[in-house]
Amino acid sequence: MKEVLIRPELCMGCRSCEIACAVEHSESKNLFAAVMEKPTPQKRIYVEYVPEYNAAIPMTCRHCEDAPCTTVCPTKALKQDEITRVVTHSTDLCIGCWTCSMVCNYGVIGRQKEARVAVKCNLCPDREIPACVEACPTNALVFLEVKKLSGVKRTEAALKLARGMQGKAL
Amino acid sequence: MKPKAYDRSIDPASRAMLRKAENEGIETAWDRYEKQLPQCSFGQLGICCRNCNMGPCRIDPFGEGADKGICGATADIIVARNLLRMIAAGAAAHSDHARDAVLTFKKMTGGEAGSYSIKDEVKLKALAAEYGIPVEERSKEEIAAELADALVVEFGKQEGPIQFTRRAPVERVKLWTKVGIDPRGVDREIVECMHRTHIGVDNDPVHILLHGLRTSLSDGWGGSMIATDVQDVLFGTPTPIKSTVNLGVLAEDKVNLVIHGHESILSEMILEASEDPEILKLAKEKGAKGINITGMCCTGNETLMRHGIPTAGNFLQQELAVITGAVEAMVVDVQCIMPALGTLTSCYHTKFISTSPKADFPGTVRMEFHEETAYEIAKEIVRTAVENYPNRNPARVNIPDEKQECMVGFSAEAILAALGGTPAPLIDAITGGAVKGIGAVVGCNNVKVKHNYGHVNLVKELIKNNVLVVTTGCNAIACAEAGLLVPEAAAMAGDGLKGVCEALGIPPVLHMGSCVDISRILLLASAVAKTLGVDISDLPVAGAAPEWMSEKAVSIGVYVVASGVYTVLGTVPPVLGSSEVTKLLTEGLDKVVGATFAVETDPFKAANLMLKHIEGKRRDLGLKP
Repeated sequence: MKEVLIRPELCMGCRSCEIACAVEHSESKNLFAAVMEKPTPQKRIYVEYVPEYNAAIPMTCRHCEDAPCTTVCPTKALKQDEITRVVTHSTDLCIGCWTCSMVCNYGVIGRQKEARVAVKCNLCPDREIPACVEACPTNALVFLEVKKLSGVKRTEAALKLARGMQGKAL
Repeated sequence: MKPKAYDRSIDPASRAMLRKAENEGIETAWDRYEKQLPQCSFGQLGICCRNCNMGPCRIDPFGEGADKGICGATADIIVARNLLRMIAAGAAAHSDHARDAVLTFKKMTGGEAGSYSIKDEVKLKALAAEYGIPVEERSKEEIAAELADALVVEFGKQEGPIQFTRRAPVERVKLWTKVGIDPRGVDREIVECMHRTHIGVDNDPVHILLHGLRTSLSDGWGGSMIATDVQDVLFGTPTPIKSTVNLGVLAEDKVNLVIHGHESILSEMILEASEDPEILKLAKEKGAKGINITGMCCTGNETLMRHGIPTAGNFLQQELAVITGAVEAMVVDVQCIMPALGTLTSCYHTKFISTSPKADFPGTVRMEFHEETAYEIAKEIVRTAVENYPNRNPARVNIPDEKQECMVGFSAEAILAALGGTPAPLIDAITGGAVKGIGAVVGCNNVKVKHNYGHVNLVKELIKNNVLVVTTGCNAIACAEAGLLVPEAAAMAGDGLKGVCEALGIPPVLHMGSCVDISRILLLASAVAKTLGVDISDLPVAGAAPEWMSEKAVSIGVYVVASGVYTVLGTVPPVLGSSEVTKLLTEGLDKVVGATFAVETDPFKAANLMLKHIEGKRRDLGLKP
């Protein structure tokens, strides 16, 4: 199954993903209308600035295997699809207890203030590619299977190694 | 953990106010900066374009995404166009300021601005002579009327030259003409920037940049120079005078007016109105011991230079002044005024009064200023401040103790007068090696640099190495706050410079005015070059803007380089997304105008770059190292 995978070394911190995510989860799904909507559309991806390294790192739901948020959710508002592993959230069942936020290792479960329910990445079920990935101008976000990304990274690493070997031979 | 204030400013008064802000839960520019992090890298690199509505377009600097905008513009084209627009905005700001000064001058000659008069007749006649206006047996009003007309024409001129560009050394003017960057008219060049950067017009980075040089020259030797000279005629040419700076100049027991912005037309009248017996009487009735006018930013520099009015601080101290809780009115006109002052002043009793017909901010009391009724409006503004005095909450007042003496007012005329009428003694000191060269250090504050850290350390390093520093704008105020603008500061200078300063009784850092007054630095450099019979680019002179932030600073930087002065920038300009433009600015320009830019965020390393450049020029001139 494809996942939103992050290549933090490519992130420029432009926050385009955040804007696209909020627009996708708005009523209108249109930037110009979304900015005027109430409640304000909320993002589910967060570009975190790490000042020590002057780096911007996008953080979003990993849809963990055996996701702790679904295990602790007392009302089953958070559920994980057995096949796709996608963790979805039901606003109807959510009681806003934030137990999910407490156990999430990535801190990517947000809070919709007006409705007092959790908000989190649902992998944009209406779209072929999640909005954040589509919006990323540098491909710091990719929508791939882990296997595929590992393959891409292996090829890149191999190329670097090969270059190094050539340098040595010369 | 160190308190935040420590990392934000080197100035104790500012740190005290930053701590007060933190305790009171008040937000400042530094807090807002933190909320902006990470700043958009496309913007920082200059590779986003919003010039047409097919966009916004941006280029992926990693080469994975788009390498062209929708119209096909590359990173090089986008960066060059954006830079040209910054130059246009900066030149426009200075030149519009100049236009207002000239129009006031013209109204005065026509009797429509009765509160103003000619304060420097000698300069009036000198300017008239430059324009070929007869001065013999004519009244100063007649001369002024004709001069005002000639100056107004400079803005709308379609064919050059702009008269004051001819103050540059002959070699420089020849070079500008040869390269095709001699400006033709102030407004024309700015308008042409906007035309060229419209979609589908000028798309060659070199061609775009050359027009940038021409536009900036119309600012430095046009708009800015006209502003400086007309203000000198109207309000007097500065001569050395002593005063005090920093937030400590605010008074515990007086009505405090902070006049902030850029145009002397307003501030001069407020100074007069604050001495009105009726208003002074009212102040006493309200329980105040008097009226305390203090400056801020370049308005501060103007009133400091001409009248010795204390200055409360530079750009990043505007919010901090309000945070003292002791400001009855923050009176503003144009440029570098933070819209944040609206919300901030509402947290205190401070009245935020905006006066310019072209500038308004959220939360202001509007008291529009017009020359015809200048004095009356100024009096009303001061009255509003005075009436606000009883609203001050003494429990929230905390004025820092810090105030520092300074000696200011070194116009080019004043420097030449101090030298005995000619630049010869300065040149002797330079050729003899006592003074290695001249460093022109100018520019704004920027939250990306610890407040005043870049300014003060760069300047200290230069004077330590026997470089005489001339300064304007926020750097001048930073230097004043650090105690570098007093003759005693010569002790911090190298032996050679120290000797010269002691002999002349001057500080090692000379305050030449506000940011439009960088024109005065150009004139000083010209005077030295002409006496030596060389071009400005041959002189052991280097410039720096350690904490620059505004578009005006971009225009300034470019005209200083176009005038032949190597310039080091302390904050990174949004051009690095284009290797071609970056290379042009830091290398290519040398072949065109004999000077380049350098970017160095560490003030100590920046000073070294300047020293190296000065040493190189000394070698080329055959002077001893």
